[in-house]
Amino acid sequence: MSTEAVGRTSTAGNWLAYAILTLGVVVFAFPIWMAFVGSTWDAATIGRGDLPLYPGDLFWENYAQAWSSGEGTRVRGTPVGVMMLNSLVMALAIALGKIAISILSAYAVVYFSFPGRMLAFWMIFVTLMLPVEVRIVPTYQVVVDLGLFDSYAGLIVPLIASATATLLFRQFFLTIPDELVEAAKIDGAGPLRFFWDVVLPLSRTNIAALFVILFIYGWNQYLWPMLITRSKGLETIVIGITKMIGTGDAQNDWNLIMATTILAMLPPVLVVVFMQRWFVKGLVDSEK
Amino acid sequence: MQKRVIFPNKILPYALLAPQIAITVLFFFLPAGQAIWQSLLMQDAFGLRVEFVWFENFARILKDPNYLAAIKTTVVFSSAVTVLAMAPALLLALMADRQIRAADTFKTLIVWPYAVAPAVAAVLWLFMFHPSIGVVGQLLIQMGVKWNYALDGNQAMLLVILASAWKQVSYNFLFFLAGLQSIPKSILEAASIDGASARTRFWTVIFPLLSPTTFFLLVVNVVYAFFDTFGTIDALTKGGPGTSTVTLIYRVYVDGNNNLNFGASAAQSVILMAVVIALTAVQFRYIERKVHY
Amino acid sequence: MIFRRSLFAATAAVALIASAGLAQAQQAQAQQAQAQQKVQIDFWHGLTQPLGGLLEQIAADFSASQPRFQINATFRGAYPETMVSSIAAFRAGNAPHIVQMFEVGTATMMAARGAIIPVHELLRTTGVAIDFNDYIPAVRGYYALPNGNQMSMPFNSSTTIMFYNKDAFRKAGLNPEQAPRTWAEMRQATAALKASGHACPFTTAWPTWAQFEQFSALHNVPLASAQNGMEGMNAELRINSPLHVRHLTTLVDMAKDNTFRYGGRDGAGDALFASGECAIIHASSGFRARALREVPGGAANVGAAMLPFYDDVAGAPNQTIIGGASFWVLNGGPGRVRSADEQRGIAEFFAYLARPEVAAKWHTDTGFLPVTRAAFARVQATDFYRQNPGADVPVQQMLRGASTENTRGLRLGNMPEIRVVIQEEIERAFQGQQTPQQALDNAVRRGNEILRNFERANRS
Repeated sequence: MSTEAVGRTSTAGNWLAYAILTLGVVVFAFPIWMAFVGSTWDAATIGRGDLPLYPGDLFWENYAQAWSSGEGTRVRGTPVGVMMLNSLVMALAIALGKIAISILSAYAVVYFSFPGRMLAFWMIFVTLMLPVEVRIVPTYQVVVDLGLFDSYAGLIVPLIASATATLLFRQFFLTIPDELVEAAKIDGAGPLRFFWDVVLPLSRTNIAALFVILFIYGWNQYLWPMLITRSKGLETIVIGITKMIGTGDAQNDWNLIMATTILAMLPPVLVVVFMQRWFVKGLVDSEK
Repeated sequence: MQKRVIFPNKILPYALLAPQIAITVLFFFLPAGQAIWQSLLMQDAFGLRVEFVWFENFARILKDPNYLAAIKTTVVFSSAVTVLAMAPALLLALMADRQIRAADTFKTLIVWPYAVAPAVAAVLWLFMFHPSIGVVGQLLIQMGVKWNYALDGNQAMLLVILASAWKQVSYNFLFFLAGLQSIPKSILEAASIDGASARTRFWTVIFPLLSPTTFFLLVVNVVYAFFDTFGTIDALTKGGPGTSTVTLIYRVYVDGNNNLNFGASAAQSVILMAVVIALTAVQFRYIERKVHY
Repeated sequence: MIFRRSLFAATAAVALIASAGLAQAQQAQAQQAQAQQKVQIDFWHGLTQPLGGLLEQIAADFSASQPRFQINATFRGAYPETMVSSIAAFRAGNAPHIVQMFEVGTATMMAARGAIIPVHELLRTTGVAIDFNDYIPAVRGYYALPNGNQMSMPFNSSTTIMFYNKDAFRKAGLNPEQAPRTWAEMRQATAALKASGHACPFTTAWPTWAQFEQFSALHNVPLASAQNGMEGMNAELRINSPLHVRHLTTLVDMAKDNTFRYGGRDGAGDALFASGECAIIHASSGFRARALREVPGGAANVGAAMLPFYDDVAGAPNQTIIGGASFWVLNGGPGRVRSADEQRGIAEFFAYLARPEVAAKWHTDTGFLPVTRAAFARVQATDFYRQNPGADVPVQQMLRGASTENTRGLRLGNMPEIRVVIQEEIERAFQGQQTPQQALDNAVRRGNEILRNFERANRS
């Protein structure tokens, strides 16, 4: 790779980079390590706060139990596999849906001039400012009125509107040099052609970053899915976890909660790992 | 802000916007409109008895000394969270963008925390910072710090700030990284041939080119700190001790969800939205001028 | 290429999860299919695992015990979330038939005529009989009108008791089989614990519930006027009485000399006892299972006793009140009344819950109170209490003294909000920002504003 020549590398600088990154990982991934360690001990050790910093010897027991019942020692519930599948469908649909509708609307806002342009942008933008949790009652009403209660559509569609993604694409489109549009116009390419051939490929890194974020966002949704579904068959993994964390007098099976947490994190982490490759590809491409 | 070169089509932009606007109107404006209507009503939880009270909900809120205190708390909280969520993320992204070994592993490990389910993240924070069962909490006490956030307002504030910022660092890191990687390498090469030092190169070349991303993240993080942090506060301090970690959004959440006081909650939402929309408009108007597209 | 390869790997991973999920989904669906023919009754609850699973098991047992009705029990988040989601559902005409509601939501539910079907009406309409006279008075009274009409179905109930660490008592030279009975003895015991080097002699969970609500019942004094709100919505808080101020002063003094540590709101204090750090805790009786499992030394090391009282107060010790939750019957939405079949199913389910064997099993499985005397007698007849010493302390405490207007329960509107206000104000007292008298005066003033708002919003 020719980037070596760029001069961003110097030995001292690299050591500094390693030091800072290691510190960053220690600080930011420490809680995950704690969760992993917790998933290998028994519940009482964790509950009373005696958890050491190294793993214990109950790894297989805890994970086997978390996968087969997912619900602690005495009860049955929705199988972990079903919950994972629901989470996956929801996360994928939300991430892809959000990216699709936001990239289109950002494109409209940046590359066209039309009456109501700023109004449309701000209409999308203010949705950031009232999370579902604080407008639950009326939103619920709308979903029920539309007949979407207890369905995948009711689970997914209301969460698809995304001001964040629209803003990100707007920011990015503004940095695309105007010369590219002019060249496309001279070639006789229309707006859709330009979008498909130029804008979409250039947006790849941002789409990858966004996909990671939105996938995890969808994966971690909790209140909305719980509110809007009734069938156990639509339960997601995060609801499964929340079910296990008692707030009142309940004794929590912390070991199983942690094991399920780690299991629930695997698909999002896989997404992160795969998207990394896309990052590298974006980088190589832009050097052409 | 708009492109100088644009497409002339009159219908296409509306078609492109249609899906997003449709969902927004249906699932945001319709319910939000009802919420605003509720802010003028006084009603019981089930909506069986409704009385139109004009602006009484607003008047009561604005007279409440605890509400005014919450404004102050929110300003401190939001600015601290925004800074603490963005600065480390930028530093880490710059380091991870270097051509070093294992960069991918570092990237994954730093993005990973974002995948922790929020309900569990709060529990993990308790397991770390609880004065008697937390690893870090015990360490602090052994070091002689009087660590007890249940009764020390400043410590409680520090805790919710750190927890809220922590959640957002991975997010910012990822977008900074994406931003850095879309900077054309030719520009960086030119700068390094000029012999500029790393620091000069960052401030004169990289940072300006990163400014669209930074601006995006600034807006998103401010909004996050204002609106998306009530879960963390609820899990860690429940607004205490006293009312020292009650922010505006936390009050909206508690009044609506726990106290079932929909009128008061809606009135607060309206005030909060007005404030943040104004704040965001200022950001777009003044800060965006400095953004280099 | 890299992209394609990673896409392939991702697809493979997705397919793997999906196939595992589908296999499990098919099993689950097969179970559900059989249940579709019956009258469907939705039941939303707020109990996390393992309690929620045990409750769902009871619903499943009932559904299997007869051919007509199917109870679909689902978890809806913690109590506040369950409450909000059922209210949202009611407003949208989509409410569950039965919802579990925590005790402090009682006034809100009771005021919602038209949304709820009172249990006594349900029983009259359907002709199903439940003997509420057999229920423990404080359990029944919390959810009944002053005239005895039952409004909701009592179910999981707990009370506050005292747990103590026997090892710590031995080290401090105290008798590990003899817990302090009075606050004077509490002061002596905590001083001895402190002298023996114990960093945290005493803490409390649920500060408002344990130190104000239970405290008032225990000393037979009102928490609020109008019989704690039972008589009407015009109630005012009474927690700035000299006795309440005296008690908060005791706690603040103990905090100053390090014999008491404030452990945080709601259940946060539990962790301090579970870790072995605090030697005594006032906590929910439901905390017992966790204490036995987590406290170093286990069951042999955990003592349970009744709450201490001020022995110079006439009428103390009286019985304590309950916490926990009850089941409410909801109409489907505004104007959507339940059908006769549905009402019948709900009533029969409730009658099933009242059976001594069901109530007794719930008590021994979970540690919640046996809600009826018959259930208590049933468990006493076994050797459960001999094998689980201290498990009967909550019931004994509930049956001690007399049932008075101060022990029947609380009926205060927006009680969750009032609890928070009291916690906020006493935290300011523990921080030294105000005196106990000021704290309780402020709590009363702010609490009364909340009560007046509730009164106004619910005036018909």
